[in-house]
Amino acid sequence: MVSELTCGQQEPARPVVALSRMPEGSSGTMAGLSGDDLIALKLAEVGFVPGAKLRLVRRAPLGSPLEVEVDGARFSLRAETAASVSVYPHA
Amino acid sequence: MRETASSKAPCYALVGNPNVGKTALFNALTGLHQRVANYAGVTVERREGVLCGPGAIVRIVDLPGVRSLVPRALDEEITAASLLGVGAVRAEVDGAVVVLDATQLRRGLFLLSQVLDTGIPCIVCVNMADEAAAEGSAVDTEGLSKALGGMPVVATSAPCGDGVAALAAQLRAGIAANYARTESVAEPTPTGARCQRPVEALPTHAQRPGFLCADIPGINITEPPSPERWARIREAVDASGLVQQEVSARWRFAEHVMAGVRTAHTCRLRLRSDRIDRWCLHAVFGPLLFLLVMGAVFQGVFLLATPAADGIGSLFSAAGGGLRSLLGTGFFVDLLVDGAFAGISAVVVFLPQILFLFTFLILLEDTGYLARAAFIADRPFAAVGLSGRSFAPLLSSFACAVPSILGLRSVDDQRERRVAMFVAPLLTCSARLPVYALLISAFIPQTLYWGLLTLQGLVLLGLYLLGGVLAALAAWVLDRVLRKANPVPLLLELPIYRVPSLRTVAIRIAQRAGSFMRRAGTVILAFSLVVWVLTTYPQASVAPSTALEKSAALEGSYAGQLGRIIEPLIEPLGFDWRIGIGIVASLAAREVFNSTMSVVYAVEETGQAEGDANLVTGFRRARRESDGGPMFTLATVVALLVFYAVALQCTSTIAVVARESGSWRFALAQFLTFTALAWMLAWCARHICLIFTLS
Repeated sequence: MVSELTCGQQEPARPVVALSRMPEGSSGTMAGLSGDDLIALKLAEVGFVPGAKLRLVRRAPLGSPLEVEVDGARFSLRAETAASVSVYPHA
Repeated sequence: MRETASSKAPCYALVGNPNVGKTALFNALTGLHQRVANYAGVTVERREGVLCGPGAIVRIVDLPGVRSLVPRALDEEITAASLLGVGAVRAEVDGAVVVLDATQLRRGLFLLSQVLDTGIPCIVCVNMADEAAAEGSAVDTEGLSKALGGMPVVATSAPCGDGVAALAAQLRAGIAANYARTESVAEPTPTGARCQRPVEALPTHAQRPGFLCADIPGINITEPPSPERWARIREAVDASGLVQQEVSARWRFAEHVMAGVRTAHTCRLRLRSDRIDRWCLHAVFGPLLFLLVMGAVFQGVFLLATPAADGIGSLFSAAGGGLRSLLGTGFFVDLLVDGAFAGISAVVVFLPQILFLFTFLILLEDTGYLARAAFIADRPFAAVGLSGRSFAPLLSSFACAVPSILGLRSVDDQRERRVAMFVAPLLTCSARLPVYALLISAFIPQTLYWGLLTLQGLVLLGLYLLGGVLAALAAWVLDRVLRKANPVPLLLELPIYRVPSLRTVAIRIAQRAGSFMRRAGTVILAFSLVVWVLTTYPQASVAPSTALEKSAALEGSYAGQLGRIIEPLIEPLGFDWRIGIGIVASLAAREVFNSTMSVVYAVEETGQAEGDANLVTGFRRARRESDGGPMFTLATVVALLVFYAVALQCTSTIAVVARESGSWRFALAQFLTFTALAWMLAWCARHICLIFTLS
């Protein structure tokens, strides 16, 4: 189920990428979340809400999990979880 | 307002996100010490204390750190249930101190909005004010208080004690109910609903309740509580998407409050952390450092295990001998010296390794490295269905499975928690080491390979690997059996690196050791007494004095009879009834095998160090009853080693698993599975050895 947190109407023209596919060290604005409610809720509780500024700090040595900065804190989440987060990349 | 009876005294709870220094604050307020961590989700027990100093009595409860009051892990549920006054941990909490991290105010405000909505009166404490000051921004308590409708806000730095007196004064004055008004500060949620305090017991973490929202169409909250009503509410909440709307509304509340607070962000501490992480999480150096650190842990536990066990053992046997010569003989002296004293020594023997491992783990935890280690370990753990969440608890399994199983409470995925709980006892705990050391030094030749590795060392390494590989395999199999559609996603915080405070570390080590002594120690002691009765009764008419007489008395005892009963079962492994006695007795704690064997093989008591050497001779002299051949052939010894590597020979572990999993069936299934597996693998090992030694 696609989460209702998606707010595409704000900036419809800009392309979105999955958080898991962003290059290390790059940042962006969160666009929305797909995937099941539980993941969406858990992420939202730590600040992964549309409009939040995210930065992919690094990937773990074996490619997963990822270290993501949101609102001044760092979290590790697995690549498959990060794949459900869509981001407007910053230039 | 002043209360005299402690039971009538107001009780205030400390609530906050993980890593906000809440527990250090609790220590500072109550003078009662308990653990503080730099690693998310470690405080799993609810701790209570009394505000120290003169004045009114105020009780304080320290609740596990949570991000939200929607519970998923056991520790989160404890916090939610305590605040809501429901469920098994029903606590009469009269008010809450919501503790915020001065450098992460917004996150704390998210939780504050939920606490406000429970209807509990609360005040705000902005902790880690020193870190915010280091970042160049003093805490704007006035602005925050104003934005929160006049709610009292106190800034503290728990480790150095700043502001703690002000907070204590605030608590003595009482937390008034009139601050608990959300509508004065919060924008209405999209539905115009405010969350209400649920009236019925909190459901288990397996059911995700969300917060109850009052104005969902078709729900009348004045209805009497019933399971059907609960189910209907959950359905309505899920269908309406209200849970997510609620989360968004709470973030808006946090944003709204933050608008009235002066902040400055320089993030110097974060930058320092980043410089450290450039090495610690480097693609090549990161894993190398990880392996180095883990290697150091194992090496440390191992180097300490055997000498400590020998030293403490001989100390206790000398003390026991002294007691005996002082008190003479008789039932109570025997009970005291051979039963209780031996039991206590069996417990104390573990302390050095346990203390070492705890020190190491707590240091890693408080600096923040443990979170990085979990980050690195997550991918390999994922291959067998576990995750970085179980990494730290499973690491403590190498000292003892009991603290490891308790540590798994913070794992929010219940399937993963069960899998990790199941495999934890397979990892080589320190109680196995004395048994390994005895058997290896007695029967494995000291052949040197490449001038560096001894065969004895390789066998020991092989036993460690056997435990690790079996644990991984068991986790993999169990993960497939229990596979669930919606696993709880991994979400671990990587806190900034901090220099641990020595005082805090010392307090935590003492607490962990105390908790180990209480939980494992009592079971070991009790079972040691049972073993003493089994090995002493029925008593011979003449009190045994020489080693040979003692051995004969043991043969006639209940334990000897038990050994004979299980002999047919263990005979295929090459074990006889005497080893059977050792196996039964070591259910108290594995290393009891050594002392039991020394009685069985009639070793004269000449002190522990020589006792071991004598025991080796005793082992070598031992003959099979059937054909008179040597009892301990290489095949038998290897089978015995493999048996001890796998079997769940530990009553305290069984008891803790039963309690923590909430199911005796689970614990029993685990015990039987491991015993059966141990038997089969020992049989295989024996027959492989027989083939090799014959050819």
